[in-house]
Amino acid sequence: MCTVCGCSEGETRIEGQASGHHHPHSHDHHHDGHSHSHSHDHSHDHSHEHEQRLAPLNNNLQLPEGLDSAVFVASASGQDLHYGKGAAHAHAPGLSQARMVQIEQDILGKNDRYAAVNRSRFEQLNLLALNLVSSPGSGKTTLLTETIKLLGQRWPMAVIEGDQQTSNDADRIRATGVQAIQVNTGKGCHLDAHMVGHALDRLEQLDGGTLFIENVGNLVCPAAFDLGEAHKVAILSVTEGEDKPLKYPDMFHAADLMILNKVDLLPYLDFDVDACIDAARRVNPNIQVLQCSARSGEGMDSWLNWIEQQRGERIQARIQRLKDQMLQLESLL
Amino acid sequence: MHEMSIAEGIIQVIEEQARVQAFSKVNAVWLEIGPLASVEKEALSFCFDAVTRHTLAEGARLQIIDLPGQAWCLGCSQTVAVTQRFDSCPHCGGYQLQVTAGDELRIKELEVV
Repeated sequence: MCTVCGCSEGETRIEGQASGHHHPHSHDHHHDGHSHSHSHDHSHDHSHEHEQRLAPLNNNLQLPEGLDSAVFVASASGQDLHYGKGAAHAHAPGLSQARMVQIEQDILGKNDRYAAVNRSRFEQLNLLALNLVSSPGSGKTTLLTETIKLLGQRWPMAVIEGDQQTSNDADRIRATGVQAIQVNTGKGCHLDAHMVGHALDRLEQLDGGTLFIENVGNLVCPAAFDLGEAHKVAILSVTEGEDKPLKYPDMFHAADLMILNKVDLLPYLDFDVDACIDAARRVNPNIQVLQCSARSGEGMDSWLNWIEQQRGERIQARIQRLKDQMLQLESLL
Repeated sequence: MHEMSIAEGIIQVIEEQARVQAFSKVNAVWLEIGPLASVEKEALSFCFDAVTRHTLAEGARLQIIDLPGQAWCLGCSQTVAVTQRFDSCPHCGGYQLQVTAGDELRIKELEVV
């Protein structure tokens, strides 16, 4: 099979196609031997242009005089002439066996596929899943234990705890009587959707409830990994800097709600609440902000109301979808 | 951030594609990365070299195509260029920006043998 012509399966691009497969393959041009000093900025598109312009010329196997240097950008390296020194250096026809394979795939696509599966499982269970993200020490676990105590037995709850090591946090949650699964990420700096799917397998009787996913304490990586949650909730304690949303913009951009925690400490600190909220709105104009203290209980109502509202909206939306489906089915009769 | 996971993600995609498209060696990988993808390109190149060892992409060149960052300014009702999440609108100075492009992180194509 001549790979230069692209006569192979899949999404292979046809390169420098010539009739009868008789283009002069000078395959002895070395990819390994010489030092390609590819300028990375020198773009790819460039090379495609060469490819298109070269193809017909090559069919005739004759180059009009003068075009050689103008069209072929050859570079000499010892005895070799290299005709494809652009980014896609194999594009000059007949010079390489290499072929181009177009992929156009998101690198995090695999995680996104697992996240989509989680999301549909959450929907089937009428489960509100919240992904709690913050730096280490912002008070996520205390906020959770207090939230669980205040919500009481209103509906089923569970917690997935992400930490590099130890099951300390899951133990704290279990002490409240709510089921918890600890996921230790080992060297990992974030939970991914695959881990959450496995953790979900181990949780029971969650229908109509709330699942809190306490991510690894890290304001960077968890921003990029969708777990299938309804909302990311960023927790920022007032003992941290008010400019954190600017320092870690990806996280605050990805979150739908920011909780300013430990507000009972405000009298002892120089923390500027308004500046912090402004910073958060700069990276995410739509972010909602709540202020509370898990320790003193101040502002916890607004957080509980928010959860209740989100849960209600989800169930309403599901009812609507099911009604629509019923109507559709009835129309078939 | 987690450039190592991303580099491993690239290898996974390449290995899947190698089965589907029947190739055994990768010479070059083109990535498209937007300025808001939270990827440090230098770190990614470093990790890529590390994780490709003993794989079909060993020694492959990593070429990064920079994509532009764009946002819709609610104040000016037009598309503006941004390079960071907290950029202000270059026209009105406001922060009512909805990012519309620039968080891409994908493999565009491969040169394979």
